[in-house]
Amino acid sequence: MLAQCADPASLQGLSWLMCYLTSGKHMMFYASFGTVLLLLAITAPLALAFGFGGALASRSRIAPLRWFGWLYTSMVRGVPDILFFLFVPIAVDQGLEWLRHKALCGGDAPVRQGNDFVVCAAAKLPLSTSPQWVHEVYGFTLAVMAFAIVFGAFAANVLAGAMRAVPRAQLETAEAYGLTQRQISRRILIPQMWTYAIPGLSNLWMILIKATPLLFLLGVEDIVYWARELGGAKTSAFTYPHPDWRLYYFIGILIFYLLMTWGSERIIGRLTRRLSAGQATLAGEALRKGAA
Amino acid sequence: MTCTEVFSNYALRSIGMGERLLPRSDFDLCQQFVLIGSGLIWNLYFAALALFVGFFIATGLAVARAGRSVVLRKFADGFIFLFRGSPLFIQFFLAYEALVMLPRAGIEIFGITVATSWLTKAWAGALIVLILNTSAYSAQIFHGALMSVPKGDIEAADAYGLAGWSRFRRITWPTMLRLAWPAYTNEAIFLFHATTLVFFSGFPAFQQKGDALYYANYFADRTFNPFVAYPVAAMYFIIATLLLIWVFGRVNKRLNRHLPGQGGRVRYRPQLVR
Repeated sequence: MLAQCADPASLQGLSWLMCYLTSGKHMMFYASFGTVLLLLAITAPLALAFGFGGALASRSRIAPLRWFGWLYTSMVRGVPDILFFLFVPIAVDQGLEWLRHKALCGGDAPVRQGNDFVVCAAAKLPLSTSPQWVHEVYGFTLAVMAFAIVFGAFAANVLAGAMRAVPRAQLETAEAYGLTQRQISRRILIPQMWTYAIPGLSNLWMILIKATPLLFLLGVEDIVYWARELGGAKTSAFTYPHPDWRLYYFIGILIFYLLMTWGSERIIGRLTRRLSAGQATLAGEALRKGAA
Repeated sequence: MTCTEVFSNYALRSIGMGERLLPRSDFDLCQQFVLIGSGLIWNLYFAALALFVGFFIATGLAVARAGRSVVLRKFADGFIFLFRGSPLFIQFFLAYEALVMLPRAGIEIFGITVATSWLTKAWAGALIVLILNTSAYSAQIFHGALMSVPKGDIEAADAYGLAGWSRFRRITWPTMLRLAWPAYTNEAIFLFHATTLVFFSGFPAFQQKGDALYYANYFADRTFNPFVAYPVAAMYFIIATLLLIWVFGRVNKRLNRHLPGQGGRVRYRPQLVR
């Protein structure tokens, strides 16, 4: 904090605003934008991996695996994703605690007693003795898991579609050359599917960006949490009294998201151009003609 | 309480009819089924009205975007960018905070005092946000379809002496709808699913009158058991989604009725929160 901000009550106008915007709480607000970016950075590859697994499973030759893949890819179709965001963290949390309860405490006592979920103290996740940051990291991890599972299902849909879009003749040729199924997947199917997957995946990325404020629902102290916290009317008991400014904080967040989606759109546009160069698709053809 | 009593007490609880107090202990399956189903009324209300009003606004926006007037085109572009580029969740919060700031006593317009307090209620405020949001997404879809209306169709219309409004009404618009319909079906499903956000995003559930997910969350919080209430809500949503797909499929058939071998099933490709 700046030295001249020691006595905020004496400040006026712009210098008051400067001090207000650099207060400790505001630093945590700015840091929460980092939380959002961190979530994006962790979730995107994780969801892609989940989606990849789901898409491969739905094409598997082993029936139970195929059913699982089908269930995973179709579960998000009829059910609102928000339901999963509410369900997955608490379900995973209770599942883990139940397993630990069984393993660590002998687990004779039932976990559901009336309207309570009771596990022994040693099975609690995180332990009640652990410091605050462990609780926060655990909460964030559960949130990441919920995001990865839901977006993995969406990515699985996109990737399964892309795998179906690879021309059948390519795979048949590979079969004629005597490649095994595994070789065909690795050398023919997967390298070729990306062109077909890019539009769907970039769409998914945009949707992922726009889903990040749902972190608030999962109890993570994200930008929505801080906007409500900081924007709410502050009486003179506070260091920086002000009326209800939540509207302005939310406008700030709105601009942040508009910039994020606008920037992503431009980057994706460039990427698509580069990837379609030399491809036997309409986009690739347009590029070739444009260059000539 | 028997299940019939529960039904008569809580079937319309979400719109404020029947028993005032929600069940507080001894939760059973019947209560969960009835109350969550009751909440579905709100989801259907939001989805139906938002889609109906949004459809016309979206058509207007798509035409404005494709039109010659620079001002209208810029306005449509900006509107679509604003609502498609930001999360619906934030839009709800922003709208609520903005509507709360309106003067309580009402605004005087030409000597008439217009009440404003109803705007902060979910039934109106959230509906407005949903209408604007679906208008932007649908306008994008309709614009894409409008751009892919075959040139030959328009030329044929010209040759028949159709122009202006009648050409739009009889040629351009039906073709646009036909081309846009599969994507628009997806949009309708997203919107239906997005209605679950309303009561989690600033708009308070007045007297605990909430939607299906609100009640599911209520039960999951009280019983510490997510494995009953959420699957019940999920089941309701799956059924409603299938019905929606069926209705839109019928419309699709009708739109394509003049084309042999066309208008098969609309494939639903899901997308997520906006």
